[in-house]
Amino acid sequence: MSDPILSLNNVHTDIAQYHILQGVDLEVPKGQVTMLLGRNGVGKTTTLKTIMGQWTCKSGEISFDGQDMTQMAVSARARAGIGFVPEDMGIFADLTVEENMVLGATSGPMDPKRKEWLLNAFPALGTFWTSEAGNLSGGQKQMLSIARAMAEDRTLYLIDEPTKGLAPAIVSTMAQALRELKAQGASILLVEQNFSVAKALGDTAAVMDEGRVIWTGAMADLATDKDLQERLMGLSMEAH
Amino acid sequence: MIVKLLSGDKPRSRVLTALLLVILICLAGAPFIFDGVRPLDTAARICIFILLVASYDLLLGYSGIVSFAHTMFFGLGAYGVALASIHMGRGFDALLVGSVAGALAAVILALLIGLFSLRVRAIFFAMITLAVASAVAVLVSQFSGLTGGEDGLTYKIPRVLTSANRLGEIMGTKISGKILNYYLIFFVSLILFLLLLRIVNSPFGRVLQAIRENDFRAEAIGYRVVWYRTMATCLSAATAALAGSLFAIWLRYVGPDTTLSFEIMLDILLMVVIGGMGTIYGAVIGATLFILAQTYLQNLMGTAAEATSGLPLIPELLDADRWLMWLGILFILSVYFFPTGIVGRLREQHRA
Repeated sequence: MSDPILSLNNVHTDIAQYHILQGVDLEVPKGQVTMLLGRNGVGKTTTLKTIMGQWTCKSGEISFDGQDMTQMAVSARARAGIGFVPEDMGIFADLTVEENMVLGATSGPMDPKRKEWLLNAFPALGTFWTSEAGNLSGGQKQMLSIARAMAEDRTLYLIDEPTKGLAPAIVSTMAQALRELKAQGASILLVEQNFSVAKALGDTAAVMDEGRVIWTGAMADLATDKDLQERLMGLSMEAH
Repeated sequence: MIVKLLSGDKPRSRVLTALLLVILICLAGAPFIFDGVRPLDTAARICIFILLVASYDLLLGYSGIVSFAHTMFFGLGAYGVALASIHMGRGFDALLVGSVAGALAAVILALLIGLFSLRVRAIFFAMITLAVASAVAVLVSQFSGLTGGEDGLTYKIPRVLTSANRLGEIMGTKISGKILNYYLIFFVSLILFLLLLRIVNSPFGRVLQAIRENDFRAEAIGYRVVWYRTMATCLSAATAALAGSLFAIWLRYVGPDTTLSFEIMLDILLMVVIGGMGTIYGAVIGATLFILAQTYLQNLMGTAAEATSGLPLIPELLDADRWLMWLGILFILSVYFFPTGIVGRLREQHRA
């Protein structure tokens, strides 16, 4: 396994009176796609939000690219090179697609080559370039959310269920874009329920249960072992 | 050229464009179009309040920050000019020093309030601004040696800007320093309004809009939300203070009731809501309608009451003394029928 770009060491997070993350240990290898899997409510989204700083890590350590970022401000984590695509998309509905994309490039004007690549990967965004983002369909909003996170080169992308509820054609567009992002050398921590997408993209996998990571290994191993899947997640992923 | 001047932010509605043009022409030609002192005074107030309301829209409409301290900043600018004119004597240098000092004081105060309270939830910021504004109003009343207390301050402005300066006649209108004073207010307000339009349409303005919609998302993209909110508060405060300076130059009097009262704060809120939040142009429509109603509704109702004197009940309802009640009803109706403000509604109609 290559060096981790992100490490979580015994991370605990509370949301109100609930103890959600109960000692998460996780490593995301550099340049690979790590799938974060598990049943609903086991803490996958909370893990991403804790890495991003939306939820404060009560104890434990989060280090990114060799730097301790446990106490870092949210914006500083983003500027350090982490792109975050939340499950609720988080697009700015009153702004146009163009304005959303421009906002994604925080360090200056968007690189024309990158813009061209993103518009090729997500052609619908080009079609609705000057439309208000709030008027886009669910799939287009999801594309915009991912494209905005990719508007400038980031070292690590945290992506929460990008294909949830989307039509198969949009899922394959999304998967292709993530594949291209991976080919560019980006590291990705991806929460994904769609097994075919997870199998196609994932290099490594971490399975969570009750606020902890209970298994880590190669995605290929998990994808081929139905017994392991049932033991870890209580179901066979092929059925999903 | 015009689109560039508007920073690419066109009115996006034919009716709105027509309304804005009528207002601009009326304000630009007010001394020549309307007779008498009252219309000129109303036009000057409209110019100043357009600027004041636009500066509040930068805060409320574009940044999603609720502040009750806007009249405090307005007052700081006004008192800056008043105090400078009293201590330095009448002159443009006093006006300039007073305006700059007022704007600087407003920025420093906004910075302090922002840094202390913009990190916390929006409601706390609103409460803190309310507390600080109330404290400043009390201080102004108490330090009567400096501020004139409840009586306020009267002072002299450069003679060239007063009625005593007679310059002849153009198109049948006697040109005096008062008209020069009006055009000073008109052009400074226009320039600052266009500057605000530039700010809200700049990348900085887009980040403010993003923060208004979802502050965590903006932060997670990499924008320091507190810094942006604080900058917006400072810019808004500085512009409000400059509007206050213009008001002081026009009135040649400042007092707590004319510049610091909570009633003015409520008026500003109403003007923003009626015009349309987050549009900047809403400030033009909101301020114009509000001040026209405030100035002329009483007269209009008096005339209507006279005209309907033969009818039962109606003349009593239209009694000039009830103008404030009708003003309230008009505003309730406008908020009910135009929930996104007049500008928002006109733009929606245009899109449809």
